[in-house]
Amino acid sequence: MFYRSHVLVCTGSNCNIKGCQGITEALRRELTRLSLEQEVRLVETGCLGLCEHGPALVVYPEGVMYVRLTAADVAEVAEEHLLKGRLVPRLLQPTATVDSGYSLNMSPFFSKQKRIVLKNCGLINPDSIEDYVHADGYIALATTLDTKTPTDVIDVIKKSGLRGRGGAGFPAGRKWEFTRWATGSPKYLICNADEGEPGTFKDRLILEGDPHLILEGMIIAAYAIGATKGIIYIRGEYDLSIRRMEHAIAEARKLGLLGQNILGSELEFDVEVCAGAGAYVCGEETALIESIEGNRGEPRFKPPYPAQQGLWGKPTCVNNVETLANIPAILQHGAEWYQQIGTANSPGTKVFTLTGNIINSGLIEVPMGITLREVIYEIGGGIPEGRSFKMAQTGGTSGGCLAEEHLDIPMDYDSLAGHGSSLGSGALLVMDDSHCIIDLTKCFLKFFVHESCGQCTPCREGTPALYSIIDKLSRGLATESDMRLLKRLSRTMQSSSLCALGQTAPVPVLSALVHFNEEVEAHFKGDCPTCKCHTARGGRQSAN
Amino acid sequence: MTQSMLIQRFIGEPGGLLKALHALQNSNTNNFLSPQDLELVSGAFGVPLAKVWGVATFYSLYSTIPRGRYIIRVCESAPCHVVGAHNILTALAKNLNICTGETTADGKFTLEVTSCLGICGVAPAIMINDTVHGNLTPESLASVLALYN
Amino acid sequence: MLIDVTIDNVCVQVPTGSSLLQAAEKAGIKIPTLCYHPDQSLKAVCRVCVVEIEGQRLLQPACTYPVFQGMQVRTNSPSVREARQTIVELMLSSHPQDCLKCPRNLNCELQSLTQQLNITQSPFPTLPREYQSDSSTFSLIRNPNKCLNCRRCVEACLDVQEIGILYSTGRGKQTIVGTALGQDLNELPCVFCGQCLQACPVGAITEVDETERVWEAIADPRKHVLVQTAPAIRVALGEEFGMPAGAIVTGKLVAALRRLGFDRIYDTDFTADLTIIEEGNELLERLQHGGTLPMITSCSPGWIKFIEHTFPDLLPHLSTCKSPQQMFGALAKTYYAKKVAIDPQDIVVVSIMPCTAKKFEAERPDMRSSGFKDVDIVLTTRELARMLKQSGIQWNDLKEDTYDTPLGISTGAGAIFGATGGVMEAALRTVYEVVTGQELEDIDFKSVRGMDGIKEAQVELGGNVIRVGVAHGLKQARKLMEDIASGTSPYHFIEIMCCPGGCIGGGGQPIPTTNATRQRRIAATYQVDKEMPVRKSHQNEAVSTLYEEFLKRPLGFKSHELLHTHYTKR
Ligand SMILES: Cc1cc2nc3c(=O)[nH]c(=O)nc-3n(C[C@H](O)[C@H](O)[C@H](O)COP(=O)(O)O)c2cc1C
Ligand code: SF4
Ligand code: SF4
Ligand code: SF4
Ligand code: FES
Repeated sequence: MFYRSHVLVCTGSNCNIKGCQGITEALRRELTRLSLEQEVRLVETGCLGLCEHGPALVVYPEGVMYVRLTAADVAEVAEEHLLKGRLVPRLLQPTATVDSGYSLNMSPFFSKQKRIVLKNCGLINPDSIEDYVHADGYIALATTLDTKTPTDVIDVIKKSGLRGRGGAGFPAGRKWEFTRWATGSPKYLICNADEGEPGTFKDRLILEGDPHLILEGMIIAAYAIGATKGIIYIRGEYDLSIRRMEHAIAEARKLGLLGQNILGSELEFDVEVCAGAGAYVCGEETALIESIEGNRGEPRFKPPYPAQQGLWGKPTCVNNVETLANIPAILQHGAEWYQQIGTANSPGTKVFTLTGNIINSGLIEVPMGITLREVIYEIGGGIPEGRSFKMAQTGGTSGGCLAEEHLDIPMDYDSLAGHGSSLGSGALLVMDDSHCIIDLTKCFLKFFVHESCGQCTPCREGTPALYSIIDKLSRGLATESDMRLLKRLSRTMQSSSLCALGQTAPVPVLSALVHFNEEVEAHFKGDCPTCKCHTARGGRQSAN
Repeated sequence: MTQSMLIQRFIGEPGGLLKALHALQNSNTNNFLSPQDLELVSGAFGVPLAKVWGVATFYSLYSTIPRGRYIIRVCESAPCHVVGAHNILTALAKNLNICTGETTADGKFTLEVTSCLGICGVAPAIMINDTVHGNLTPESLASVLALYN
Repeated sequence: MLIDVTIDNVCVQVPTGSSLLQAAEKAGIKIPTLCYHPDQSLKAVCRVCVVEIEGQRLLQPACTYPVFQGMQVRTNSPSVREARQTIVELMLSSHPQDCLKCPRNLNCELQSLTQQLNITQSPFPTLPREYQSDSSTFSLIRNPNKCLNCRRCVEACLDVQEIGILYSTGRGKQTIVGTALGQDLNELPCVFCGQCLQACPVGAITEVDETERVWEAIADPRKHVLVQTAPAIRVALGEEFGMPAGAIVTGKLVAALRRLGFDRIYDTDFTADLTIIEEGNELLERLQHGGTLPMITSCSPGWIKFIEHTFPDLLPHLSTCKSPQQMFGALAKTYYAKKVAIDPQDIVVVSIMPCTAKKFEAERPDMRSSGFKDVDIVLTTRELARMLKQSGIQWNDLKEDTYDTPLGISTGAGAIFGATGGVMEAALRTVYEVVTGQELEDIDFKSVRGMDGIKEAQVELGGNVIRVGVAHGLKQARKLMEDIASGTSPYHFIEIMCCPGGCIGGGGQPIPTTNATRQRRIAATYQVDKEMPVRKSHQNEAVSTLYEEFLKRPLGFKSHELLHTHYTKR
């Protein structure tokens, strides 16, 4: 059937929160009332990215996005736009105007983006495998099985330069190679969807918006490394992701995309979902493995690496959701195509989640190497309430705190590492000038104290010790020797903790000390410039 | 279905022990893992009770003390922190007249703080059981809580 | 294959698969450790052993890091020294540093670390913990406030004994080794073996100290204080005074006890011989009259508690014989009291045991067949050493002394009760001769000796082949029990000792007790046996006299009253 228009309503968790359910129902009513059912197709889809402004809907083919809708607004959109073909300016997305261009593709929020991983998010019904197939889904898998050997696949991925998107940035092709050549069977492929990094929700929205993309990536990966069993470990709080993924797996099994003789080939592979139970550290790959085995989620010492001895002691490859979501496109379009996107050392795109004091908080996908400034001001729409920028933290809670002078750093693995930060999971936290850096640091440390697995001494005992020194500083009571101790402790945690949680916990503290030195000095003297801390000279006591 | 039938299918599955704990906690009227629940898992999975206890006390989604019907979880990670999560927590505590970790006298609400819930797109945000409420202000809380009346 | 590794400029060759810790030892460097235990799996959680490996950004734990060809390692670089110091200081930041009141004072791995690293105080804010100390049992005290989360006790309980009372609980700063639901040990199927205590590097798990009660008894002029020493003490006590593991110190032990002021120094080996007579006859009785088989030994109280909890249906398999400690107590307050004409009420029986579970055994309600508490006070080897140190008695100057008669007369068969397989061997020596009436030529049953988990032997007894099995450590015991439960056990007679290596490896022995020290103590035990003039229990004249004068016959009325017991399902 041919539809004149498609209306996509976002049903990602963030919009669900804001009542998209009501929107969908209202729209369905309106379409019936206006007898448009045969002309306009209503698609419930994944996140559109502009979470801050939800509930939202997009009308295609024009690509017009309406935001912050109420049920009454929906009636107006239906009447005006869908029936009469006239825009409703008052409901357009924030950066669009009738004059400057209203199409999604013309708005900077979308025009600056390059969507590989998110290409279907917001455009297809995630609960429909047909929709995915219509959008060229599973083509990469079919052609790969037809035309490439597993080593070919590994070569393509190695050549593409794809690096892991879960935080460490390890080259995906090499990890696959290790697992392929490791001895032991069966081999496991684990998709890491634990996503506990504060300020990160990209994996959830990919899972919710395009679950089949991840499955396709996993099946190709399994083919390459010789894995027969796949597990998607999804954070326990991600109810909708778990349901959508389980549905997608069931659909894929029905079509012979999982199980034995996948698409008529020799390939055997099946996937199960495991749910976490609330532990950030379980995102660490070996802790995740422990958790799947039914244990406390405590990281294992390495070596041996999971590729040698992973789940139940067998060779295991752990990849992040976004890493796997890149795979079908790379195989479909080739390594050269992929390499042209992004930078030489960090090819491809990266999905970021914008949070904090920023106008367009939400989900974006941009080529690697874009500057912080472009992301914050052009895509993110800048700082709300007329305040000015103070700090951006990339990479999540264990990333560095960057200041104004860092706004032109390209966002890629190496550039950020060069400034004491990281790309991490793609979290980007923006803070305006009304906030105190020491207060924020305390908030970070509180997180680590709570989320340390408690296994190794430097982290279990070190995180609370760091917190108490910073707390002292925030009260204006820190001494010179406290500051020296802080640095010595940080060095020890970084060098000697068992896993990257303890190793990186001091990063935000150290970067804050360097990049916001003036403010630190002020606290040292008993002053909190933003009056967030209860310092010796007074000021307000913060939550921490 | 008896509790032991409820967990039977998870034995031997990847992540089975965690799934069993989830299932038991969800079916417990007080939203927690009772000593009997833990003993059941210990027996069914052939794992010492101390280890089941060790697992249950490791993960923050499990509780070993009875809780209310609705668990309110307030995110206190940085993204919510910088947009005023603290005010939400204070307002909630005042509104419900309980401290963090406590349950209202009528056994309805338990107030907990949590690390990031992955809903920072709409920060400050809270979860009440499996439902997320975002872009909150201390003023809008009353209407959210009213949904649970 | 050998690999070249350079450690602090010293080049050594070590086999592939060695850890850095082993390589460093070869280079003459002892890298400090804490969570590392030579008999356990690697944990790498304390991080005290970190070292610098050339080409690596992070420091790496020497205990787990595998060597590779051409590896360059520095174990004393500034960054290593700083990290090590900071880590130990962090441990101290939540540790109650009350060494003066601590049973582990002067034998504590944390203390040694601070001393080695020249740490006198922690610069970190102290974040004291407020856990309840658990003193619910007669045997062990668990003070989690001193715990360093090294998890050595967890492995001892879960993997060596396969009981799993202790486990890591909580998360982050709240992480602590604890019990299910935070229960006390007396509410749990803990067997009080003290293997956790043996594994603990610090004073977080200790024995219940009863030395004060012994001092009081000795000082009380109205009391006649007897002491009995278990077979395993004489091959271990020397370690407390700087002697090598496996030193045989029987004579000094007796001399020291006499100097402390005990009225009579007796030997549990005597009642060990008696046990063989009773138990041997019980076995023959069961063999001949279709009793429950296999019969299992009953002298290890941790083992008894284990079977009561875990295999209550198999209790009829247990020999009804009391342990040698309890037989001694029962006789001391009946036979001996009458003989020396002292009111049993005024007799105090103290035993020196290698075992923390013996403290619990002495308190069992059924252990009062003399009409009084059969054994009044149980001290571990360590507590005895503590008393000797308090007394100022100079160990090196002690002249050897001998046990008093008659309850101090024993044979080599009694002596080997201390090692795994010893009870079995002693029993076979006697049962064979009693049944066949022939003298046993080779009395060394080597196949039941040593540290193998499960050992077995066969003997021909008057035309019948008797199969015997030996297990030590409850993990091994469980295997044999499961066979019995499923009806597949091939044995007629089984010896089980709760602790690895038998009593010489018990929870009351000098710390450290490792498999290496166990081996040495076992060797010493067989040396003691070899040097004894009489090596078969039925040839112990004092035992024969006891039957003539008092018990009349094995398994007789008096025996049943005083030397046998019953068990309870738990
Ligand atoms: C404390 C901690 C938390 C982590 N959390 C996640 C996570 O939530 N998701 C993820 O994919 N990787 C996470 N990682 C990284 C994983 O250990 C691992 O490197 C990653 O899953 C590998 O996938 P990739 O190579 O595709 O990036 C975390 C690491 C640490 C140390
Ligand atoms: S660094 Fe922290 S999270 Fe990682 S193993 Fe050590 S205690 Fe656990
Ligand atoms: S455990 Fe060691 S360091 Fe701690 S109080 Fe006892 S002797 Fe001192
Ligand atoms: S109790 Fe002792 S052995 Fe057990 S974890 Fe604590 S310090 Fe280690
Ligand atoms: S001894 Fe190596 S980490 Fe503890």
